[in-house]
Amino acid sequence: MVIDTVRCVGCMDCVVACKTENQVPEGFNRDWIAYDVTGTFPTLHMEIRSERCNHCDSPPCVYCCPTGASHVHDVGGVVLVDADKCIGCKGCIAACPYGARFIHPDGYADKCTFCIHRVEQGLDPACVAVCPTRCMHFGDLDDPNSAVSTLLASRNHHVLMPEAGTKPRIFYLT
Amino acid sequence: MQELTITRHNELIDPMLHIWSWQIPVYLFLGGLAAGIMIISGWFVLQGQYKKNVFSCFYLPHISLVLLSGGMTALFLDLEHKLYVWRLYTTFQVTSPMSWGSWILLMIYPALWLNTLIRIPERFQGRIPFFDRLSAELNRRPVLIKNIGILNMLLGTLLGMYTGVLLSSLGARPLWNSAMLWMLFLVSGLSAAAAFVHLITDDQYERELLAKADNGFLTLELFVFGGFLTGLLTSSRVHIEAARLLLDGPFAPVFWVLVIGMGILLPLTIQLLAVNHKVKHTALAPLLVLAGGLTLRFVIVYAGQFSHWS
Repeated sequence: MVIDTVRCVGCMDCVVACKTENQVPEGFNRDWIAYDVTGTFPTLHMEIRSERCNHCDSPPCVYCCPTGASHVHDVGGVVLVDADKCIGCKGCIAACPYGARFIHPDGYADKCTFCIHRVEQGLDPACVAVCPTRCMHFGDLDDPNSAVSTLLASRNHHVLMPEAGTKPRIFYLT
Repeated sequence: MQELTITRHNELIDPMLHIWSWQIPVYLFLGGLAAGIMIISGWFVLQGQYKKNVFSCFYLPHISLVLLSGGMTALFLDLEHKLYVWRLYTTFQVTSPMSWGSWILLMIYPALWLNTLIRIPERFQGRIPFFDRLSAELNRRPVLIKNIGILNMLLGTLLGMYTGVLLSSLGARPLWNSAMLWMLFLVSGLSAAAAFVHLITDDQYERELLAKADNGFLTLELFVFGGFLTGLLTSSRVHIEAARLLLDGPFAPVFWVLVIGMGILLPLTIQLLAVNHKVKHTALAPLLVLAGGLTLRFVIVYAGQFSHWS
């Protein structure tokens, strides 16, 4: 996934769409908005980002899961949780440097799924589909001709906490 | 400057991670204590002390079964999806220390049970004839008994190490991200086990021996603490900040006063005087060691969750 921070206005449509599409329980969020202000007054810079699970290439949540409930899906390397295998030990939550997971009121670990049920039907994730500024792009990073690969090739970008070594796969255009 | 504001406020995650409450430190403490007891009772068995009326051979394996089960109960209480706990035993995840731990625990119970059969305390003799027959069979095979002692020492060491590895494998928490943590928890577990025997045995030989051993373990624990903190302080910014949570941050008063002062230095001083016959052995020093060991787990688990990247 590629998110253009120059276009994002922090309207939270993505947050509402996710909660509606995935019936995320009240009081919890699978995605959220971050306002990151850096610099020294008066030369301040604000980056607005829509954040969620980074579906890392090196996912510590998957590595530490004792039952295999946290796993990498065959389609696109999406990191998912099988609720029927999760014992709710919370190891994956402690292992995630992004705080992207939470315990669903039914007792299992929950997080962004990239709306895999939509993606498998050829649709975009709900957050991408509703974005009014079209700042979010979803596609195949392994295909050099895909829209997301083209954007990454032509624009400056960064990932969150690269120093954590998890190889996150959500890229923020700057 | 950098100021980050997020709209997320997930329960147990924000504003600071606090997913693990009292259950995990209690589990880690009881697991470490049971591990230390397994090593000590295994050593006594290996030394042939089971032929004598030695507390460590008679009662320790039974006590460690109870302690370990208490720890497992605390762990079970922490699970959010309790009815799915059997899923641990439908797979083995090689990269998951928790998976390793659950299978190690499955091996520990039979090893402890065999240890209890070496010498069945008089009050339990004759209750279950099958166990009495097994015990008699075991006692006809001294080599097998020695191997049970070795097995208990080995599995006790694995259990003690595992309690530390469980946390240190979680790289997202800089305070736990240290290769010294398993050693710290193993030594602390041994120290707590020695203090436990010191506290409840009425055998003068065992009390003297375990008090001396505990002095060694407590001294070693100080050095391991030194290595643990030095490792963090010479690492990246987030690791330095994690170490400072203990050194001069919000957890410093508990760390310095309850863990280092009253949990190690004070009982070490009292026990050094006791083994040199300057003062009598009392329950004070071992009680302080046990309380310090429990507090150590609380501090490490809570401060570790407080530590984070970025």
